[in-house]
Amino acid sequence: MSSNEKLVEFRNVSFRYGAEQPWVLKNCSFEIDREEWVAIIGHNGSGKSTIAKLMNGLLFPQEGEIYVAGKKVQEDTIWDVRKDVGMVFQNPDNQFVGTTVQDDVAFGMENRGFPREEMLQRLDDVLHAVGMVDYRLTEPHRLSGGQKQRIAIASVLAVSPKVLILDEATAMLDPRGRRDIMQTVAHLQANKDVSLLTITHDLQEIVQADRVIVMNEGQVWDESHPRELFSKQDDLLAIGLDVPFIASLAKALKQTGIPITKEPLNHEELLEELWTLHSRT
Amino acid sequence: MNNAMVIGQYVPGNSVVHRLDPRTKITIIFIFVFVVFLANNVWSYTILTVFALLSMITSRVPLRFVLKGLTPVWFLIIFTFLLHVIITKEGDVVFEIFTFQVYSGGLIQGFAISMRFFLLILVTSLLTLTTTPIEITDAIESMLQPLKKVKFPVHELALMMSISLRFIPTLLQETDKISKAQASRGVDFRTGKLKDRIQAVVPLLVPLFVSAFKRAEELAMAMEARGYQGGEGRTKLRELKFTKLDVGIYILFIFVILGLFFTRN
Repeated sequence: MSSNEKLVEFRNVSFRYGAEQPWVLKNCSFEIDREEWVAIIGHNGSGKSTIAKLMNGLLFPQEGEIYVAGKKVQEDTIWDVRKDVGMVFQNPDNQFVGTTVQDDVAFGMENRGFPREEMLQRLDDVLHAVGMVDYRLTEPHRLSGGQKQRIAIASVLAVSPKVLILDEATAMLDPRGRRDIMQTVAHLQANKDVSLLTITHDLQEIVQADRVIVMNEGQVWDESHPRELFSKQDDLLAIGLDVPFIASLAKALKQTGIPITKEPLNHEELLEELWTLHSRT
Repeated sequence: MNNAMVIGQYVPGNSVVHRLDPRTKITIIFIFVFVVFLANNVWSYTILTVFALLSMITSRVPLRFVLKGLTPVWFLIIFTFLLHVIITKEGDVVFEIFTFQVYSGGLIQGFAISMRFFLLILVTSLLTLTTTPIEITDAIESMLQPLKKVKFPVHELALMMSISLRFIPTLLQETDKISKAQASRGVDFRTGKLKDRIQAVVPLLVPLFVSAFKRAEELAMAMEARGYQGGEGRTKLRELKFTKLDVGIYILFIFVILGLFFTRN
């Protein structure tokens, strides 16, 4: 059993889908702390979604070990591990099990044999948390993609997991749905003691994270704070990731001789930097 | 298309019939279907008809919805009536059309059989009009519980039904999308010979099937990730409640059946 306080631990994990297949993950090691928000980015095929599936026992590694809350992930622990690891997938439609919002949120609780009274209480709580209380009896085909994803988050939260994984949960949404989900997630992280793991290929979505793990070709390519990462623009472009507009703008400004000291994460920060510029020079 | 889409023919409401436990409704209708065949004179038919019409009226389902449910069977009702009139040659000749003689026995028989049909359809469509498909699923799951002893997968069956219900609108939307996409590529679904039109459906069905399988796979993974491991140890949010109302309706129905046995020959 793991001796330290890490919530999730990958130790030299390697994985491939079949003996003849290429390795999807090569000797990956990283950790996630309690109440931390970690983002994993990488382009398609960098192995980032595989990490999520390994974490709750949907797949098992060929080499290395994975620990979740001190338990090693293997055949006989997966049901315990899945209690701790909640997952929201990419396609909003294909993870909606219930015929109405409340049935879907209850699905995970029903699987774990929660008494009915508690289910009703928690149902209320989580629907409040994601701002969907008015939709209790709505059928899935009347919800937008963003609303469905919020319900997916609610249904995972209902069983109070220790880690919430969003596996490209915003990839199929329009910009508005995407913003809603990111706000919901940030709000949850601030209020509940749940660790977050967001997996994405969009650098915009990592700015709020505490730490970023960059995956490339199945390996951990870099681990840093979002701010530091934005300063490594050329390297990011080289491994096929799009740098956000603000970061490239800041870089262009620097090149023309404007002294920007702090790497801006969003346009407010860049604005702040620019309007206070004169007083410093 | 989105808002008009209703699965089945459920008409929302809060009438006595709506509030009944779906198990009660299914049981009563099941018995009713058998009992209808025991009626054999005017009085017994009257009792059953009054019961059926009263349930319809108390359900407060607008008449046009009830009639809509009956449309596909009008033809059958009229056809059986005519068939009996033509074939049965009992009793007196009532009147003659051209050279064909209509017997009183034929008319009575025709009326009786068409009435049976009418009552059967009316009562069964009342079930689907006042009960959501998911309630029916729950009721079936609960009523089939005894079959678990012989290893019949009751829970799995109910889950399959409820997932199908949940995906019907999704797949309809998808069909709509694919048919538009194919139409924009020149596939013609509406004109041409029957053979051509059947062929035009192939480019619609293939992508639909492919995506349905992909959905199924992803759904299975999502369910597993959310801790689904079969019906063992599962609790349920949706509850079926057997109330005083149900008891009352059962008592009423017993009187109806008693009445039927006293009046029939």
